[in-house]
Amino acid sequence: MNVLDWLVLIGAVVGIAAYGAWRTRHTDSLNTYLKGNSTTKWGTIGLSVMATQASTITYLSLPGQATENGIAFIQNYFGLPLALIVVCAVFLPIYRKLGVYTAYEYLGQRFDRKTRLLGAGLFVLQRGLQAGITIYAPAIILSTVLGWRLDLTIICTGLLAIVYTVTGGSAAVNLTQKWQMGVIFGGMLTAFVVLLTKLPPDSLPIAGALGKLQAVDYNPDLKVRYTVWSGILGGFFLSLSYFGTDQSQVQRYIGGARLREGRLGLMFNALLKIPMQFFIVILGALLFVFYQFQPHTPVLYNQTQWHRQIDGPQGAAFRAIEEKHAALHTVKREKIRAWAAVRQDPSLEGAARAEMLAAQKAADSVRAEARVALQAADPTTKKTKDSDYVFINFILTQLPHGAIGLLLAVMFASALSSKAGELNALATTSTIDLWRTFRPLAAHDEARNVRVAKWFTALWGFFAIAFALFVSFAENLIEALNIVASIFYPALLGVFVVAFFLKHVKGTAVFWAAVASQTVVIVIFFLGKAYPAHEIGYLWLNPIGCFACVLFAMILQALQPRPSS
Amino acid sequence: MPLPNKPSLTTPPPPESDDDAPGVPGFRTWRGVYLFVFATFVLVVLALTLFSRVYA
Repeated sequence: MNVLDWLVLIGAVVGIAAYGAWRTRHTDSLNTYLKGNSTTKWGTIGLSVMATQASTITYLSLPGQATENGIAFIQNYFGLPLALIVVCAVFLPIYRKLGVYTAYEYLGQRFDRKTRLLGAGLFVLQRGLQAGITIYAPAIILSTVLGWRLDLTIICTGLLAIVYTVTGGSAAVNLTQKWQMGVIFGGMLTAFVVLLTKLPPDSLPIAGALGKLQAVDYNPDLKVRYTVWSGILGGFFLSLSYFGTDQSQVQRYIGGARLREGRLGLMFNALLKIPMQFFIVILGALLFVFYQFQPHTPVLYNQTQWHRQIDGPQGAAFRAIEEKHAALHTVKREKIRAWAAVRQDPSLEGAARAEMLAAQKAADSVRAEARVALQAADPTTKKTKDSDYVFINFILTQLPHGAIGLLLAVMFASALSSKAGELNALATTSTIDLWRTFRPLAAHDEARNVRVAKWFTALWGFFAIAFALFVSFAENLIEALNIVASIFYPALLGVFVVAFFLKHVKGTAVFWAAVASQTVVIVIFFLGKAYPAHEIGYLWLNPIGCFACVLFAMILQALQPRPSS
Repeated sequence: MPLPNKPSLTTPPPPESDDDAPGVPGFRTWRGVYLFVFATFVLVVLALTLFSRVYA
């Protein structure tokens, strides 16, 4: 990085944060602090929803995942447009009509206090821990590659998000997310254009022949992780839970001048989300092709750690792996060229493709050997996947100065935007659903409510920083937390489905149904881990948990004694 | 004691209709917008299926 990169990075990241804090520094109305400016238009809401959902992982790791495993991950988003239609037609009008600040406040009105606290508690528990991961995940990758101190990267990113989120609340989050999305779109487009200029002809056919462009899979097998069926059905329930019941999203579209603005903001996402994700995964698939034609393609993309081992006491072993990979990579490149030359000739294409795939398999086996060797020599590398480093490696080695700063700004802008949305939602839920539940008389003091919301924002921000610092010392904690988050959603969605569609079911029945269905989901998940041959794709847990909650609620309600007339 | 849900000092939003016109050229109802989004989704999935077949 040179001075130009630093100027672009600091200008974009700190400049947007400072602008957001300055413009919203006089926010003293609780409505504006928690729901955003009442004049917010659909474009801002749409970008804000998109920015909250897409964290740095989306821009940093997803291209790498497509490089490694192809673009099938795109199917995970197939349920999203359908879920957003349901949120627009059912969830949003009810939230607006009741004038609630949080989704869980609605549960309190529809059912009772314990169901509201259950919903708010589940959200705060999983989102509070996730807020730490939101900063930690990009920080460990960026600090490794750039040689920055991990703790300082975490603290600086966290503090920046705290400053403007505390200052302006939801108004600041909406305003900054709009500009941050501008930086993100601009940066990703720049990287894509630069990549296109460096690609050989026939890049798409090559990526396809090497199995990277299988976007849609109609295989009905439940054990296949990404299929069109798990994407539509499982993705639908996952998206419905996330957009309809997760306060970090509800807060983004619940405000706005009119109901129309929230609806259009969500429809904007329903139309653009799949094309946007396709753009990101196709970037990854093309990165794969790019690296096939580089004379010195790294055996592993985490080059910082790799070179540390090369220069260390086991350097000879690592150099041997590197040389073996270089030789196989050269063979593979020639096989790819040979296939591309005859790919229009059906009589030669089959044999050339088989040789190319065999060469790829051989090179992949050396990469697997390299990964095992690196993890054995340095266990800290287990915390990230090598594919996480593919895109950042391309950015730092192939982009011109200025663009490097812009792409790093993309990574930090996306971390800040999702982090700020999370802090804002956690503070709102803590204030409205927890603090005010136990301090009901304070609800009438608006200034005090704003002060409390600011304190909660700061508190959650510092908790997230502390947790991110702690995570760096704990092995496999991220995976455990991601699992916890994904298994909490289905029961919560079931509670909302009962609330909206089964008017006769009351609070006690739905509360215990949620507890029972949560247990069912956890049991299915751990049985899958104990018997991997029968493990189902995790997306299927969403419809199962939701249906279980609805079914249990109906049964428990039917068993309740009816009040005598 | 029932809990107040929001402070009395906050101005409640004006009542709004669920059928508020979308205000999008070419669409008179929200049902039309939803159908358009759904049709676009189907087309995107078909286009991706075709893309997968072409480059398989």
